[in-house]
Amino acid sequence: MILIRGAFLIDPVGGYEGEYDLLIDRGVVEDVDSPGSFDSASVERIVEAQGKWIFPGLVDVHVHLREPGQEWKETIASGVRAAIRGGYTSVCAMPNTSPAMDNAEVVDFVVRKSKNIGLARVYPIGAITAGRAGKLMAPFREMKDAGAVAFSDDGDPVFDSGIMRRALQYARDLGTPLSCHEEDKCLSCSGAMNESELSFQLGLPGWPKIAEEVMIARDIELARDTGGKVHFCHVTTARGVELIRRAKEDGILVSAEVTPHHLLLTEECVGRYDTSAKMSPPLRHSEDVAALRKGLEDGTIDAVASDHAPHEADSKDKEFSEASMGILGLQTSLPIVMDLVRAGELSRVRAIQVLSTQPASLFGLEACGLRKGAQADVVLYDPAASWKFDETVNESLSRNSPFWGREFTGAVSSVFVAGQEVFHEGVFTHDRTAKAA
Amino acid sequence: MSLRHLLDIRSLTREQLLSLLNDSKKFVEVSRRSIKKVPALRGKTVINLFLEASTRTRASFEIAGKRLSADTINLTASGSSVQKGEGLIDTAKTLEAMAPDILVIRHPASGAPHILAERIPKTSIVNAGDGMHEHPTQALLDCLSLMERLNRTAEELSGLTVAIVGDIRHSRVARSNMWAHRLLGNSVRLVGPSTLVPDEFAGSQYFPGGVTIHHDLAEGIEGADVVMVLRMQMERQHESFVPSLDEYSRYYGLSVAKLERFAPDAVVLHPGPANRGIEINGALLYDKRSLVSQQVEFGVAVRMAVLFSLATGKGALPVEPQSVEGHTQ
Repeated sequence: MILIRGAFLIDPVGGYEGEYDLLIDRGVVEDVDSPGSFDSASVERIVEAQGKWIFPGLVDVHVHLREPGQEWKETIASGVRAAIRGGYTSVCAMPNTSPAMDNAEVVDFVVRKSKNIGLARVYPIGAITAGRAGKLMAPFREMKDAGAVAFSDDGDPVFDSGIMRRALQYARDLGTPLSCHEEDKCLSCSGAMNESELSFQLGLPGWPKIAEEVMIARDIELARDTGGKVHFCHVTTARGVELIRRAKEDGILVSAEVTPHHLLLTEECVGRYDTSAKMSPPLRHSEDVAALRKGLEDGTIDAVASDHAPHEADSKDKEFSEASMGILGLQTSLPIVMDLVRAGELSRVRAIQVLSTQPASLFGLEACGLRKGAQADVVLYDPAASWKFDETVNESLSRNSPFWGREFTGAVSSVFVAGQEVFHEGVFTHDRTAKAA
Repeated sequence: MSLRHLLDIRSLTREQLLSLLNDSKKFVEVSRRSIKKVPALRGKTVINLFLEASTRTRASFEIAGKRLSADTINLTASGSSVQKGEGLIDTAKTLEAMAPDILVIRHPASGAPHILAERIPKTSIVNAGDGMHEHPTQALLDCLSLMERLNRTAEELSGLTVAIVGDIRHSRVARSNMWAHRLLGNSVRLVGPSTLVPDEFAGSQYFPGGVTIHHDLAEGIEGADVVMVLRMQMERQHESFVPSLDEYSRYYGLSVAKLERFAPDAVVLHPGPANRGIEINGALLYDKRSLVSQQVEFGVAVRMAVLFSLATGKGALPVEPQSVEGHTQ
């Protein structure tokens, strides 16, 4: 048994926000109770956590681990190390691998490989269509049986409305959400940044907000029509938030995520062709940032997801219009959300809800807060520690981030997965890949 | 004050723009001599890296370099390592290792010159047109053509109404001219259908105030002092920005008759290459109101002034060109 005591405990499921002791036994939460309630005599290990916060391990429903196929950008092993270091104990891996994760064999490969590594839990997201080509439905049931928790053609939309409708009908039988990258490519037509005065000034092709919004509107109607579950990936516009808010009011089964960078940055970051600010969908305007924060706070948006998208330097170090889309996210999501908490824009409980328990529940994952009997995936967090995002802490094989070199306040000090401490004060304490090496 | 690179007009100060224009004027004379060469840049190396099709700009930069006695070489995509798949930054680094003083670049990607200015800091970069972004020497030569025709100095080139007609959306020429006319104190009208003239161009956040948008040609050019006609980019026809070239030509093409009716006192600019009978009719192209030939002539002077200013590192000062003139007289 492990007793963690003296910490400030935040758990949206149990409704805790205050000083509590946490007792872990055989990998699960034995109990949460007032300080000093547990008899320390029968405990094998006591973790003194005064001044720290403790909350359930974070859950990211949108990461790109690049394996199989692009292992120079990231591997499952490096990706889960980045996850753990960022406070994530569960991540959902997007299927735009090579080959695409559009069949049970590739799903199984990712499941086995990640179990063998044994740090964060990795849940594959299968493709909606074969080869993510938008033409033929992929085998949902086989992939689900192999471990897929959702389906997505992320990076691309399912543009054919007929295919999308049937995919929603078919997925409804399984109760599995379709996680949708919303982009009408006839409207975004290889846009490199938000279409705006700035894009016209810079002479960069624009990826207009309407390209995202028409697809959100379409899929709200398809969700209503089919009763299937639609999860909107990385919502970026004020109008998109409004559409989702209304759909929820109408009782339609939709959910939504937002990335930390869309909560923080605007298109201004493109500056003079800075490719570390290039992603899809692109950074938008300050009024969109405000609407996304509001939507996150009021429950319209259910989750923060990092859209962790590693790219090697070569694919970013080029002409803006040629550079790859996407940025790292796993190690910077928590500090960015905690900055919002510090700024009073989000409560602590809401922050943990959107970073952990709510996305877990949407995607049907095991993680479910710190209630009695739950798997003991736990983060100890030092709200006062400051650190810098640089090569000394970066676990990813890539370093494409607009936050590279930035100082953050608040650091993950320990991570427990199923009651096992896998990370402690900057050191991986239970890493099978390290041993193998 | 002195320029390190010429990446765009937008980041110039008014003072820098004025001195580039006034200095350009001094170089016009060199090209009118029987021996069109001065030793000003002897021993300097200029590389013209043109990764997009070009006739006049490339010839103009090459002639400008040669008339200043710089060692000038031209590289294009075909027949260079670019064709073998070498990336822009690697090509530029390779060229930098040969220690050129100036790298003139034409590139289809907006911002390519800005990336090079960061990545190969020892070499001065001149933007000879980058994607849809800017074409600064074109704006300079357009302004110099106006100075010459209107007999004004750069300082006096203000208070004009400049109508730019056509595909503003994709035009680097339009963008550079907008910034230049903002600095000079002229008002700009953008004329064309909404598909080619997005509302964002009249926005206040990035684009200059004093810009108005007109979707009717007559209204847009009425009483203008200058009408700049842009080339219709034929390669974009499949993107359906206009229903047909016939319709575009009928409603937005400029002819002698339309000019006489709506802007009888205007002078006409066209950056070339022109599509005769589409955005401008052939008769107007070489009409007395058209500055097309002067634009090409002054293009050489402008590029001489830019190369001189960057290579000597002294800013565009009149001292050296004057001594150059003394030398050859």
